[in-house]
Amino acid sequence: MSAPENTAVTGREQRILDIIETARGKRPRFKDTQITMAHGAGGKATQTLIEGLLVPALAGESLEQLGDAGTVTVAGTDIALTTDSFVVKPIRFPGGSIGELAVNGTVNDLAVSGARPQALSLSLILEEGLAAEDLRAEVEAVAAAARAAEVEIVTGDTKVVERGHADQMYICTTGVGRIDSRAALSPRALRPGDRVLVSGAVGAHGTAIMLARGELGLDAEIESDTCSLWQAVDALLDAAGPSLHCMRDATRGGVASVLNELVRASGVAMVVNEAAVPVDPAVAGASELLGIDPLYVANEGKLVAFVAPDSADEALAALRSVAGCERAAEIGEVKTEPPGMVLVETAFGGRRVMDQLVGDPLPRIC
Amino acid sequence: MRYVDEFRDADLGRALAGEILATVESGRHYKVMEVCGGHTHSIYKYGVDDLLPENVELVHGPGCPVCVIPMGRVDDGIAIAHEPGVIFTCFGDMMRVPGSEGTLMEAKARGADIRMVYSPLDALRLAKENPDREVVFFAIGFETTAPSTALTLRRAKAEGVSNFSCVCNHVTIVPPLRALLESPDLRLDGFIGPGHVSTVVGARPFQFIPADHGKPVVVAGFEPLDILQAIHMILLQLRDGRCEVENQYKRVVPWEGNLKALEVMSEVFELRPHFEWRGLGFISQSALRLSDDYADLDAEQRFSAPGVRVADPKACQCGEVLKGVIKPWECKVFGTACTPEHAIGTCMVSPEGACAAYYNYGRFARERAVV
Repeated sequence: MSAPENTAVTGREQRILDIIETARGKRPRFKDTQITMAHGAGGKATQTLIEGLLVPALAGESLEQLGDAGTVTVAGTDIALTTDSFVVKPIRFPGGSIGELAVNGTVNDLAVSGARPQALSLSLILEEGLAAEDLRAEVEAVAAAARAAEVEIVTGDTKVVERGHADQMYICTTGVGRIDSRAALSPRALRPGDRVLVSGAVGAHGTAIMLARGELGLDAEIESDTCSLWQAVDALLDAAGPSLHCMRDATRGGVASVLNELVRASGVAMVVNEAAVPVDPAVAGASELLGIDPLYVANEGKLVAFVAPDSADEALAALRSVAGCERAAEIGEVKTEPPGMVLVETAFGGRRVMDQLVGDPLPRIC
Repeated sequence: MRYVDEFRDADLGRALAGEILATVESGRHYKVMEVCGGHTHSIYKYGVDDLLPENVELVHGPGCPVCVIPMGRVDDGIAIAHEPGVIFTCFGDMMRVPGSEGTLMEAKARGADIRMVYSPLDALRLAKENPDREVVFFAIGFETTAPSTALTLRRAKAEGVSNFSCVCNHVTIVPPLRALLESPDLRLDGFIGPGHVSTVVGARPFQFIPADHGKPVVVAGFEPLDILQAIHMILLQLRDGRCEVENQYKRVVPWEGNLKALEVMSEVFELRPHFEWRGLGFISQSALRLSDDYADLDAEQRFSAPGVRVADPKACQCGEVLKGVIKPWECKVFGTACTPEHAIGTCMVSPEGACAAYYNYGRFARERAVV
């Protein structure tokens, strides 16, 4: 059909696209001369740091999978192990605080790996001059969150650094849990046709932190969604069992980053139906003003689950029966084309690519 | 959201798309430039181009104020940010724009006190809260943001805030458009006029486009229906052989502009004889500096910035991409030396730039075209 010169042009365009594709498929190399805030933002720079420096240096089979938790087998039992550091600013915000976050964040990394959280460690890094009252409040928040999530704090550590060398307090928690026998979760288990579920309205945590900093002069009643996800995971495992193919905790970088990580890891594609994504009106309004897409905003109590189509309705119903997950929704589907990409069908009727985050919309949210 | 969702109605969008399809001549290819980066963003966000016939192509224009800042200006900003005692403030998207030796974000990591602000007034507030520090605001943007910088400077002067100053990189929209239109190899059929800029300058300044260059202009709002309607209006002009400035964004844009904003701008700013644009080169009278009355608040006078011009790399063909002469992938350095991670030209700097968009989504766009 096409004239020879058109074919030549197409050939050249195809070559350029192939070059881009090859570059994209390569493991990123970490060539930066210093660490910037972008390396902590959960987007491309973070990925380069992890896949270009950490994994090659430390690689083991479990780490390479880059899941929310790693797996170790102890005396024939599969144990999930995960760790997380919390540097959120401000340390107290509507709906939660750093202590609560430190428990739920680690509990949720275990839960979405299909492990019932059992025990946590707690490391505190405290800034000289921190009010004892603030510390006491956070220790109580840790205790309350651990009780609610039914995990025990079994060990810990305390360090104090000079004033100015930390910002009030940082917390690190490490968690272990036994992998539930009903769970068979892996990015490699994703299949075209799988339905994508979220466990509730997205974007609340990041937006709450942003407003709590008071830099925007915006007032809205938005609370962080920080909570344990084990009940939700338990309900999903019960309802879907092996049809539940994969789960992720949609924290830093939001649902969009989770989906991008998984399409990269598994080579599938995903399509999200924008109109089906639950977002609270206050969060939608704040995001609109700030030019941020709620799908990229952090959550601290929302999971994304991938379920085989014939179990999706049951799984969704089970999820909705859990307190706090009443607004769970099916938001999209796993596809084959174009591999490695997440597409959004916009509410307006167009389509766009939902790419990995490049910039840093908001540092230190967790 | 009331008064917003109405402009995102999918049924109306489909109806408008049908009218657009009925307006185009088959066999004719239309290239329409959206001048403003805000339009590019909306087109991308809502997938507006999905609703257009295959022979209507949107070309991203020079209206991304962050991308057009040349490397030398970024270098100057970084040099000032490293001065002792300085708190350097700028909008967040400026932080990632590369100078010849890195970005403001990297300068921050090296120890410069660089803070992101949402408004120039936040920078002024920082100056009042830190009287022993020098607070510098790195002002960027077209006529859209220039009035808020002007008002902030006026307030700083009235309140005698002596530790506040401003690096003025404000640019004006008409000269780059004129430069584009005067180039002999231009391949554009019409323009979607910049809505936000026009709320300040009005629709009148664009009259030279139909008058001198015979191309239609429709000033448009930023919701997807606004953009579709503007495209339809441009196509109708082309079909009917008309050529004029029309205002689709009447709910916000007055023909004469915002006189109060223009007044404060003319008090605080004056035109620079020339200014360099990344990708477009020097354009005369295309940018603003502080007027003599405000010279005390001019950071370029208060600090000694190197002021060295850093030439765009020779191989960069952003100018031709902007004019619609070549496609991003036809540029000599596209995808090899110039990538989103290591951008050379303006079109790759911002994720909304034509080259960055093609780099990230080109494969998808091609597959879509085949389907």
